[in-house]
Amino acid sequence: MLMFLARRLLQLLPTLFFVSVIIFGLQQLLPGDPALAMAGEERDPAVLDQIRRQYNLDQPIYLQYFYWIGGILTGNLGESMRLKESVFTLIAQKFPVTLQLALMAIVVSLSVGVTAGIISAVYKNTRLDYAVNVLALTGISTPNFWLGIMLIFLFSVHLGWLPASGYVSPFEDFWMSMKTTILPAFVLGNSFAAVLMRHTRSAMLAAMTSDYVRTARAKGLAERIVVLKHAMRNALTPVITLGALELGTLLSGAVLTEQVFSIPGFGKLIVDSVFNRDYAVVQGVTLVTATTYILLNLAADIAYVLVNPRLRE
Amino acid sequence: MKRIILAIAALLFHAAVPAAAQTTLRIGLAEDPDVLDPTLGRTYVGRIVFASICDKLFDIDDKLAIVPQLALSHETSSDGRTVTLKLRPGVKFHDGETMDADAVKFSLDRHITFPSSFRKPELAAVDTIDVVDAMTVKLNLKNAFSPLIAQLSDRAGMIVSPKAAKDAGDKFGLKPVCAGPYKFVERVQQDRIVVEKFADYWNAKDVTIDKIIYRPIVDSTVRLANLKSGSLDLIERALATDLKEIKADSRLKLALQTEIDYQGLTLNLANSPAGKDGPFGKSPKARQALEAAIDREALNQVVFNGEALPGNQWISPKNPYYQQKFPVPARDVAKAKKLLAEAGLKAPVAVDFMVPNNPESRQAAEVIQSMAAEAGFDMKIRVTEFATALKEAEDGRFQAFFIGWSGRVDPDGNLFVFKKTKAPQNNGFYSDPEVDQWLDDSRKVSGVAERKAIYEKIMAKELDAGSIIYLYHRPVIIAHSVKLDGYRQLPDGLVRVVGVRIRP
Repeated sequence: MLMFLARRLLQLLPTLFFVSVIIFGLQQLLPGDPALAMAGEERDPAVLDQIRRQYNLDQPIYLQYFYWIGGILTGNLGESMRLKESVFTLIAQKFPVTLQLALMAIVVSLSVGVTAGIISAVYKNTRLDYAVNVLALTGISTPNFWLGIMLIFLFSVHLGWLPASGYVSPFEDFWMSMKTTILPAFVLGNSFAAVLMRHTRSAMLAAMTSDYVRTARAKGLAERIVVLKHAMRNALTPVITLGALELGTLLSGAVLTEQVFSIPGFGKLIVDSVFNRDYAVVQGVTLVTATTYILLNLAADIAYVLVNPRLRE
Repeated sequence: MKRIILAIAALLFHAAVPAAAQTTLRIGLAEDPDVLDPTLGRTYVGRIVFASICDKLFDIDDKLAIVPQLALSHETSSDGRTVTLKLRPGVKFHDGETMDADAVKFSLDRHITFPSSFRKPELAAVDTIDVVDAMTVKLNLKNAFSPLIAQLSDRAGMIVSPKAAKDAGDKFGLKPVCAGPYKFVERVQQDRIVVEKFADYWNAKDVTIDKIIYRPIVDSTVRLANLKSGSLDLIERALATDLKEIKADSRLKLALQTEIDYQGLTLNLANSPAGKDGPFGKSPKARQALEAAIDREALNQVVFNGEALPGNQWISPKNPYYQQKFPVPARDVAKAKKLLAEAGLKAPVAVDFMVPNNPESRQAAEVIQSMAAEAGFDMKIRVTEFATALKEAEDGRFQAFFIGWSGRVDPDGNLFVFKKTKAPQNNGFYSDPEVDQWLDDSRKVSGVAERKAIYEKIMAKELDAGSIIYLYHRPVIIAHSVKLDGYRQLPDGLVRVVGVRIRP
């Protein structure tokens, strides 16, 4: 096990190196000039030159890369050109927000998606199954930004139950925090719940026709126990893998949903930074999310090994 | 026992009569501001926040006249090369330091010498600054420069606390310390900026709101939904297409003004082969033809429900510098066709038409496209992301560019950097030695009539062979809750809170 862990951690180094090169390289392909984008209406050539010098934009690309990597290795992610704030501070401000939203969205999608999937499999080809399927398809095909705006109009403008947008930290005011995040979490969770429902349904259908379920039934077990204890447990393995991957995706920020609900998370940060060509921020955030994603994958692999001893060889 | 009863009574009394209720104004901004340092700031939205935290030497009124703020008066010498400012006594910065001549000299020097200062070009005419006495400053200019006082009514005239600025260096914008009605409390990027009433403000009696929270909400529909649901009290840059909805809501009020901006078409005359070999580089008649093909009033009706102000000059028809001699022309398709023929161009004349990617610009560009088509132009719209468009314009990869300018109080600010040969915003490479000379001359005289006479000559040249077709001036549209009393909108679009009250 230790050998496995050591091997995987060593493999992490070249992966991260390539990730950093790709992040840096792709960004260079963005059209436009960061100094010009930063200056906006105030385009004095002398000032633009000063900005290029200050942020090493006048250096060759490979040197710019080394400056960036050198900074990271010494624990410095750089500074936002637009805000003069350190990238580390920006990430530290946004990460808890994105994490909270991602976790809430996962809870929403797991509870809705898995339940609906099981119901639809158990009541296969009945009206209930069709109804759940129609709902799921609607969920998959509804664009997030549209659903978001509709929910704002319903719950904030008409009913006045929830704030229209914004974010409050749970440590500041727990209930207010729930109120500000429930709609975006629902929107984010909604489309993924539909995907989960489809997967759960097909996995459950496969499990329900398997030998061990037939055996369980033959033993005379109650149907409830057969479904929940025997079929579901086995059917959930692929669903959990999907959930873990989705969590990784959610942690990289939900651009449209954050924009609609004005949630100050990673998604909004990265979009604003790309539009303003704030390179240091784009690079910093992408590197952090890529690393998180890789680590989550590693955690999932370790979990498999723990669960399935056959993988240890 | 008596004591306990008294204590309970006191507690009950406290619960029943809270100390005077805190009033908070929540403002929805259309973007997240950039760094909040007057020397380094460069966005329009940033200026909205500065309006509450950083007072300037001068301010403007609704007629665009200069009025005192931190300076009480200004006097320019007869040769125009020294400007003496008398300062307002008894002004304190948010950190308790005194605002005096030394602080003004420090702030202006900082604007001029800070390495990446965006104020350098605005104060380029200032050579040295002398402190005459505690309340008097003398600016010695390299040459006469009539737009100077107008520059001092914006970021270049914002005075910062020297102590705080020295301590913070280029991080000053993370916690700005100025002498405005509100002091900075906190900022969470892309979420909120919080400021609170400054008790020692020089005009504290007119400041009644205790706290302001600025919240950037990019989507205009969501911004309006927040206002309607009561999560915000005021929003800036509401859409013209939402005016009907806002007017129909009895809980909302509108504050409208004509902006000091202009929107128009920048034509490429000589920047790169795309310009030189393009229709507008080949003949000035192509420019005249395009202008004749456009119906500005129709454009206004379609895109702005008639709320914009059609115009044909770098300042709006409401501005004292507007040249009545050159009124907004009516559309004349026959004339446009004739001009195109005289230019030796054969219809359809293809034009690479770069348009920034936002709903308003796209819509306006489509209207222009269809009008121009009737005169023989084939305007090929190329919708381009904004930062990319800036670079494309700089490099001359366009023939017409739909782009505006947020506007400056002094007409010079809407003109000089666009028209002077090789000036930074002159993307169409317009160049005329006579115009260059007149532009310099216009900065040396300060009377409205004298300057206007020079501008008239420049305008005549512009209409004949210039690089910009001015189209219209946008409306400033501020929507706010009816609970807000005394809100007045000025043409610069900024949100000023002194004198505004919130009813419970």
